[in-house]
Amino acid sequence: MSETALFIKGVDKFYGPIDHGVHAVKQLNMDVKKGEIIALLGSSGCGKTSTLRMIAGFEAVSRGTIAMKGREVQTFAPVKRNVAMAFEGYSLYPPLTVRENIAFALKASKLSQSIVDEKVANIAKLLEIEDIMGRYPSSISGGQQQRASLGRALIRNADLHLLDEPMGQLEPQLRALLRGRIKHFIKERGLTAILVTHDQTEANALADRIAVMEGGVLQQFDTPQMIKERPANLFTGTFVGEPPMNVFSAGISGTGDTVSFGLNEGVKLDYKASDFSHEVRAELMKRSKVVLGIRPYAVRRSEGGVGAKVAVNQWLGDQTHIATDFAGGTMVLVEHDRTNLAIGENVGIRLDPSSLHVFDGESGRAISHGQELA
Amino acid sequence: METTSTLEKTLRLIALTLVVIFFMFPIFWIFLMSFQTNETILAIPPSVIFTPTLSNYAALITGKLTTAAGTLDIAFMRNLGNSIFLSVTSVALALVLGVPAAYAFARHKFKGSEDIAFTLLSFRFAPPLLVLLPLTQYFQWLGLSDTYFGLIWVYQLICLPLILWIVRGYFEDISADVEYAYRIAGHSWFATFRKIALPLAGPGIAAAGLLAFIFAWNNFVFALVLASADKQPVTVGALAFVTSSGIQYGQIASAIVLSVTPTLALALYAQRYLVEGLSLGAVKG
Repeated sequence: MSETALFIKGVDKFYGPIDHGVHAVKQLNMDVKKGEIIALLGSSGCGKTSTLRMIAGFEAVSRGTIAMKGREVQTFAPVKRNVAMAFEGYSLYPPLTVRENIAFALKASKLSQSIVDEKVANIAKLLEIEDIMGRYPSSISGGQQQRASLGRALIRNADLHLLDEPMGQLEPQLRALLRGRIKHFIKERGLTAILVTHDQTEANALADRIAVMEGGVLQQFDTPQMIKERPANLFTGTFVGEPPMNVFSAGISGTGDTVSFGLNEGVKLDYKASDFSHEVRAELMKRSKVVLGIRPYAVRRSEGGVGAKVAVNQWLGDQTHIATDFAGGTMVLVEHDRTNLAIGENVGIRLDPSSLHVFDGESGRAISHGQELA
Repeated sequence: METTSTLEKTLRLIALTLVVIFFMFPIFWIFLMSFQTNETILAIPPSVIFTPTLSNYAALITGKLTTAAGTLDIAFMRNLGNSIFLSVTSVALALVLGVPAAYAFARHKFKGSEDIAFTLLSFRFAPPLLVLLPLTQYFQWLGLSDTYFGLIWVYQLICLPLILWIVRGYFEDISADVEYAYRIAGHSWFATFRKIALPLAGPGIAAAGLLAFIFAWNNFVFALVLASADKQPVTVGALAFVTSSGIQYGQIASAIVLSVTPTLALALYAQRYLVEGLSLGAVKG
């Protein structure tokens, strides 16, 4: 399990001349263990697809090394890397039927016809495409083409499976169903997979570890739980999580016994010094400006809390989203009861120090999560 | 609604018929002329009722042109052979050179690639006569004037840019990921080029080849200046019908019929590929 399937070190990608072109991926370091599922998560243009294509061998690596199974492959042609890929644009072969497209991926492996047929049948069942196996790519829907393309990648026994937005075109119910099945399929066979997505639900559901990317820089590479609980910086904190983390910039003041955060509009949050560890307090006192973050489901209403005014109250069927005007910004609360607050109503808000994330005001790097030092 | 659509249909039919008559009439008339003698052709008023004669075709095939002034040797069949040979080899060579080049231009953006592609296209802008005079000089030095090799080389000015630019467009329309998908399944780029890119661009290549063939076939000035009688194609050879004792309309007509036949046959044969080429990807299988 601990064998390294992929090792990326100091990789840069420039489109155009090195050091002068567009710097799409910056000094990327990453290691993927055999049998792991990794999600590259980020918004459009964050460098996740470029990374995937460099691993596949479709884009040249400007600088740095990519190693698979202990050998450097960055100069190898795709054919020599033994990777499988599902493309965002499906890229099925137009003159072949869905069945032929999927079976085609096994051509190079020289398996007997009966084994190929069996594997194809399994994949078709897994992806719910048994009814369209005889059809041509041009006569089926985008979602069906996407599943065929996914099948073509999953059926191979490659060292690495690269999945570029593999479920973007599927309807939500099917997506949820296939997520589970695909994860099971990959785990059962001990395959290693890297998935590119901008959908955090998909990343959370499928991946063992998530690599959050932004602006070509790897922001954080950790388990879904750690990314949620201990975001490395302000970007990861606000990018992952739905609804997004509430953030407010704050000034710091404190005496020996208290720590106070001064927010906009004179709002002041006072905490006992003992709410923070000694190290965190020392880090906080070095700074005059920080950014406070708190996840919507960690915000509590309480009688004696800081004053806020309800702006939106929305019941979503399983939870209530309440947006309030707070300290010159918006504080969103999620409650699991069907709360019914009037617009304009004043409520008290309590921000528990144990669920408070504190980020550096300048760099955005995390200083503390709850009571611990980052 | 029913009446309007019937009316529309009728009007459309009339319009189409007019267009067809307008374009087809000259060809039809030439076809009739090719079976007539000069006397019936020049009769006023012209008539579609005549005794057909094969004498024009006979004269062309035997190479003996009988005029009022006596018998004249014409090399029409040889010209026709030259036309076929020159056009076929020129297009074949242009395909061999142009299709891989088009693929390279479509798939790889290298330094100066656009400039090179545009320079190749610019060969089509230059007036041929301007190029021809210096070219004649060079060809004489190189010993290339009046050779098939030299002519085929010059014909590349016509065929190569055409094939390069049309086929490049077809290659660009094929998603690069389809090729990547094939490569990642364990195939070299050359295998990908042969098995994926070429078949998918096939209709486009056929269309470009046909177009290049027509242009090569219709070329006049290059062969007129650079080749002597025994290497000239029909376009130049047709000048022989203007004799000192008049113009042999009957023979000209039959010569035209014979010389359009290969292109027409090729176009009819390639038509399905042309249509398929234009609707690539829309309805397949």
